[in-house]
Amino acid sequence: MSEKIVIIGAGQAGIQAVQSLRAEGFTGPITLVGEEAYPPYQRPPLSKAYLLGQLERPRLFLKSDAYYAEAGCELLLNTTARAIHRAEKTVELTDGRTLPYDKLLLTTGARVRRLRCAGADLPGIFYLKTIADVDALQAAFVPGARIAIVGAGYIGLEVAAVGAKSGLNVTVFEAMDRVMARAVSPAISDFFAAEHVKAGVTLKLNTGVEGFEGDGKVERIIAGGQAYDVDLVLVGIGVIANDELAREAGLAATDGIVVDRNAQTSDPAIFAAGDCTRHYGREGVELRLECVQNAIDQAKHAALAMVGRPRTYAEVPWFWSDQYDLKLQIAGLARPTDTLVKRGDPASRKFSIFHLRDGKVAAVEAVNAPQDYMIGKKLIAEGRAVPAQTLADTSIPMKQIGA
Amino acid sequence: MKRTFKAIFIEDNGIRHTIEVPEGWSLMEGAVKHLVPGIDADCGGACACATCHVYVEPEWAARLPEKTEMEETMLDFAPAVKPNSRLSCQLKMTEALDGIVMRVPKSQH
Repeated sequence: MSEKIVIIGAGQAGIQAVQSLRAEGFTGPITLVGEEAYPPYQRPPLSKAYLLGQLERPRLFLKSDAYYAEAGCELLLNTTARAIHRAEKTVELTDGRTLPYDKLLLTTGARVRRLRCAGADLPGIFYLKTIADVDALQAAFVPGARIAIVGAGYIGLEVAAVGAKSGLNVTVFEAMDRVMARAVSPAISDFFAAEHVKAGVTLKLNTGVEGFEGDGKVERIIAGGQAYDVDLVLVGIGVIANDELAREAGLAATDGIVVDRNAQTSDPAIFAAGDCTRHYGREGVELRLECVQNAIDQAKHAALAMVGRPRTYAEVPWFWSDQYDLKLQIAGLARPTDTLVKRGDPASRKFSIFHLRDGKVAAVEAVNAPQDYMIGKKLIAEGRAVPAQTLADTSIPMKQIGA
Repeated sequence: MKRTFKAIFIEDNGIRHTIEVPEGWSLMEGAVKHLVPGIDADCGGACACATCHVYVEPEWAARLPEKTEMEETMLDFAPAVKPNSRLSCQLKMTEALDGIVMRVPKSQH
């Protein structure tokens, strides 16, 4: 009798696992359980083309409706797991159903971190993670509206870019001293900050949010001791791993479901992949990654492990962000002690920052420079040492450096 | 309702898939919607994975948009690349491409 696989979480990692299980020849039943009303879809365009109205909703879906029948995948939407009963090997769903499993995959993702300050629950304060979030935001996201964006991370800045382009009056509040401080090096922060200011965005750095005021809806944001009139607020201050289900079932889970390099949890019948996991990166450091790359690659590895052909997960992480006509692509994980090398001139709006660690390329941040990014990623994967002066010399083609 | 145009994907084993793709959609999106085997499109169209690689039949070459540096670079890293290789996520359906014929590589990895 063939095994039954249940996957909790119908996001990028969940659907990738379905696809990879079938590609690896798994023929048993698969049930994919999703909390939202929609089949698995791409999240990255939500804060970009979808918010801009340039991408219709069906184009977000990663598979057509017909795919699920063809792949023999039962898709249960609008429900999620309430509890895992490991001894019985069953999952209890919020809609009352109980699903037996032989192997269970948790791709529960992450949820937005919410503000807890005064007035934080006033209508007109939005978050951005799901299609429903964007649809709700869109009604208020109209030309001339004054939008306060809390947090200058990827989400905040992508929405700022779309807002500026769409004729909104945009102010970004950031508690730290530079934009995308957790994700990029200072030169990239400075470059993007200047681009936003050029586009008409007001940036308030070193400005923490203290609260919101309004009569029935948000009308003012209080930040850095001052009040600003606003029509709507978008909060993008990070996400929290959805690891409670695993923890309540007694699995190792502290700020993420702990998995090994084969995406296996502390229960050999249970695997996890994507934003919800805490795993050992390729450098052997425990980490959480919130990105498409980790969702795809870790799900592929989970699928391999579930069919009994485990392969160590050690892929180079990569990330991207689109703001205005700028594409930021990052590969590898930077550390504050890296030696930074600039390649190209930021004034040309095409440049990159390479990170060297012990002489080897450890990370690259590329702005409108896809070759630097792709070849940089290859150099990282190969652990190649490249002299700083070579990387900095744009008269030496990147292809030659990567050869 | 959007206009649609025809695209033909031929699998490595010779099986032909003639599909309708709405104007403005990428050929990759059309292929995924119609379950054309061999178009994996892991990343969903972000030009980040090169798993929607196709060989465009040479007679269509002149009607295709130029490759961006991004597509060019991604293709440098794709397996079994030929002069007529393209990433189908970067090709938008237009009237000029009505009837376009593409061959799907044996594997995207």
